[in-house]
Amino acid sequence: MGKFNVLQHDLVPEHHLVPVGEEDKVLKELDISKDLLPKISRNDPTVKALEDIHGKLDNGRIIKIIRKSPTVGYSIYYRVISGEVFK
Amino acid sequence: MTGGISKRIYRIQFALLSPDEVRKLSQVKVITADTYDDDGYPIERGLMDLHMGVIEPGLKCATCGGKVDECPGHFGHIEMAMPVLHVGFIKEIKTFLDSTCKVCGRIKLTPDEIANYRAKFEDIDMATSDPEIIGMMSKKVTDEATPRLVCPHCGSQQKKVILDKPTTFREEGIKVTPKEVRERLERIPDEDLIFFALNHEVARPEWMVLTVLSVPPINVRPSITLETGERSEDDLTHKLVDIIRISQRLRESRDNGSPQLIIEDLWDLLQFHVTTYFDNQTAGIPPARHRSGRALKTLVQRLKGKEGRFRSNLSGKRVNFSARTVISPEPFLSVNEVGVPEKAARELTVPVTVNIFNMESIREVIKRGSGPRDEFGRYVTGVNYIIRPDGRRIKVTDQNAEENSKRIEVGWTVERQLMEGDIVLFNRQPSLHRMSMMSHTVRILPDQTFRFNLAVCTPYNADFDGDEMNLHIIQKEEARAEARIIMKVQEQIMSPRFGGPIIGGIHDHITSMFLLTHDNPLYSEERTVHMLNYLDIDEMPEPVIKDCKKYYSGRDIFSLILPKTLNMRFRSKLCSSAKERCEYEKEPEDKEVYIVNGRMIHGTIDEAAIGPFSGIIVDRIFRKYGPEEAAKFIDRMTRLAVGFISYRGFSTGISDYDIPEDAVSRIEEISSQAVERINKLIETFRKGLFQASPGRSVEESLEIEILSETGKVRDESGKIASAYLGLTNPSVIMARSGARAKMLNISEVAGMVGQQSVRGGRLNRGYYNRTLPHFKPGDIGALARGFVQSSYKSGLNPLEYFMHSIGGREGLVDTAVRTSRSGYMQRRLINAFEDLKVDEDRRVQDTVGAVIQFKYGEDGVDPTRSDKGKTVDVDYNAFDIENEVVE
Ligand SMILES: [Mg+2]
Ligand SMILES: [Zn+2]
Ligand SMILES: [Zn+2]
Repeated sequence: MGKFNVLQHDLVPEHHLVPVGEEDKVLKELDISKDLLPKISRNDPTVKALEDIHGKLDNGRIIKIIRKSPTVGYSIYYRVISGEVFK
Repeated sequence: MTGGISKRIYRIQFALLSPDEVRKLSQVKVITADTYDDDGYPIERGLMDLHMGVIEPGLKCATCGGKVDECPGHFGHIEMAMPVLHVGFIKEIKTFLDSTCKVCGRIKLTPDEIANYRAKFEDIDMATSDPEIIGMMSKKVTDEATPRLVCPHCGSQQKKVILDKPTTFREEGIKVTPKEVRERLERIPDEDLIFFALNHEVARPEWMVLTVLSVPPINVRPSITLETGERSEDDLTHKLVDIIRISQRLRESRDNGSPQLIIEDLWDLLQFHVTTYFDNQTAGIPPARHRSGRALKTLVQRLKGKEGRFRSNLSGKRVNFSARTVISPEPFLSVNEVGVPEKAARELTVPVTVNIFNMESIREVIKRGSGPRDEFGRYVTGVNYIIRPDGRRIKVTDQNAEENSKRIEVGWTVERQLMEGDIVLFNRQPSLHRMSMMSHTVRILPDQTFRFNLAVCTPYNADFDGDEMNLHIIQKEEARAEARIIMKVQEQIMSPRFGGPIIGGIHDHITSMFLLTHDNPLYSEERTVHMLNYLDIDEMPEPVIKDCKKYYSGRDIFSLILPKTLNMRFRSKLCSSAKERCEYEKEPEDKEVYIVNGRMIHGTIDEAAIGPFSGIIVDRIFRKYGPEEAAKFIDRMTRLAVGFISYRGFSTGISDYDIPEDAVSRIEEISSQAVERINKLIETFRKGLFQASPGRSVEESLEIEILSETGKVRDESGKIASAYLGLTNPSVIMARSGARAKMLNISEVAGMVGQQSVRGGRLNRGYYNRTLPHFKPGDIGALARGFVQSSYKSGLNPLEYFMHSIGGREGLVDTAVRTSRSGYMQRRLINAFEDLKVDEDRRVQDTVGAVIQFKYGEDGVDPTRSDKGKTVDVDYNAFDIENEVVE
């Protein structure tokens, strides 16, 4: 069996890498600085799965997450890759 | 108070107190264990020396000259005869002894390793990095140094140090004295301390062994004078007395050359006293006790746990302007009101600042004095205190009231007693959700209890078996405004938990509404007027003419309390499982409740319509007409319910469960048949012929089979019993309407109690291989495993009673375990969420501004206003518009 891709699991929402060039646009839209965005550990399985596609991702890259919502259809969330160790 | 920020914390540094610092902090060297002389005056250089502060009025502090409330207290110190270990640092001391050389004091690492690790440690900023990571790095280094038996620096042989809990170190069985420990710690060079994450400028390891002891100010350990005039010292003072005494004896013994054994004993005793002075619950030593046998409360005990400084005094405080008493019901109050006993109302006050507009009216109130009544002897608001702008309080009495009423000027504050219509906060613990504290308007009532409308029992989770509740009088205008706008009971009708009403009719309200509307009974004019007397409505419904007399139908009476434009269509609880036609309704249309333009046409009002959690009528009224109308509906509904049911009468008793003789024997028959069948199953199992169901063992399958068998008989017996118990039976009315109990409970009383269980399986524990010695070992028959054939009404035999108690106990244990666990979980959740906020864009942020959610709940929907979690109910709105009256 090949390596399992968590992003293909039903319960894992869509994760997309925001291209560096579009980061400013996203931040401006959200009216927020990057350090105030929610973080995601670089050890997170989804980040590793994205690295399989895009190659190594630096800390500070933004990930766009699209979650299904029973009330509004889809909700969009952003997280920044962080090297911090979360407890 | 000027407000604003006077000081900001820039950084915090943790350090150890050095002996020199302790001496520098100290205002007096305490040398004698005595406290007061025979005249009750503090003895100089004693534990109550005036240099450490004053607690007696009249005396002045010898250090700062301040009087009782002015002197903040000052430290003293005790010089120890011999050094002792500080229990709080035992772990750290152990690490030092383990990982450094006992001869040269260097950390037991090679120069290469030292250079390597030093670079790593110097790389991180000790002030800002995660303490946990620093701790892990330090642990890695010390763990590497610890097992080395030869010092890499001086080559000396090392021995393994063992900690004999709590405070004794041994090396190959020989005790290492605190003095020796201190000397070893002193030898550790400053530059090696970085590996222990210690800043040598403010923390030397040898300071963890005490040579001087700081004595806390007297304010921290005040003595109290008992009623008998006897003085009683604080626990800390007691402990300090012990320390000084032993220290003195130790010094004497050492100086006059007593035998080593005696010195060592005294030294150990001193160590014990110092240890218990810090923490009287240290594992491995008996706690120091008071003469009475009570364990002393020393430093750690003051801070730790639920009764400690943090949880008891800093996270939770006692407040003024509050009252607590027993609660009782009062159906004539609105849900928004609370009845306050006169006695409490006289003590609780609201501050009113005098201005040119209220001056005259306030004067009138002051004139009344502090206990005024009107001509009928009823409560009238008085005044307890008036406060001058300089803060001086003047007590108002009946004698000086007149005079004081003239003294007030603009800017004075008058503490007025509670008044009808005041807004107050009302609360019942445990406060598990926001509806546990709501604001009510005051009604002043006689007697001694707080009273409120029964519909508010649900959000507070209150009953009247002795429950007590708290009342808080709001002291500021802003808070009063908030309380009126967002905390009133009517604003809390909708629960944020499930987007439906949490307030509604309970018990008799539901029974009453059921009786009023089921089958639409007719009532004579006289009866109708009597019932409507309970309401603030003075119109009569459309009469029904029968035999030339006016009658009024129950549904029309109920319709009076509905808003005039309400349109609804829903299933009652009674007919919730009905398909074509409801078996409990005479008319087929009645399977649905149908309300058009505020008039109820079909159906039955029950739990589904007006109950808490489900009350769909309350829900719709709240959404369409707002909180005020919803509160009005609940008020009227509860009043009408109480009025109707007290006029009609309603009661239940054991005879409600009477069923015919042959029904009883039929139930007995089916239950003995079931026991037979179970025996057969067991027989097949014993013969090894029992077929296991897929994925289960034979034993498991047998258990399941037996369990379903017992379930079946219970259901069957319930069916037989309820066949004789129709909707005329009060208990059945209560169960079917959702007022109280379930049909299952009725069949337990009239039919059979059935299988008892623990953790979802039949009872199987107790004696070896059997539940009770009345059975043969290995008996797995129905009766041996908790099958109860009797009904509650016929009574259980002793064996059944025992089995039933086992089953019943599980429930009790569950609740006990659940409350403590969920309480702790709740605490952690609250602490994690307490300072999150939602901003104008519905973005959820923490105090720093870091985003938690971009839209509250990811959809920005307030669950309180949502329709059971969904945004809108399109079908209902369409139905509502369809039926709208065109004018
Ligand atoms: Mg109670
Ligand atoms: Zn002082
Ligand atoms: Zn050495």
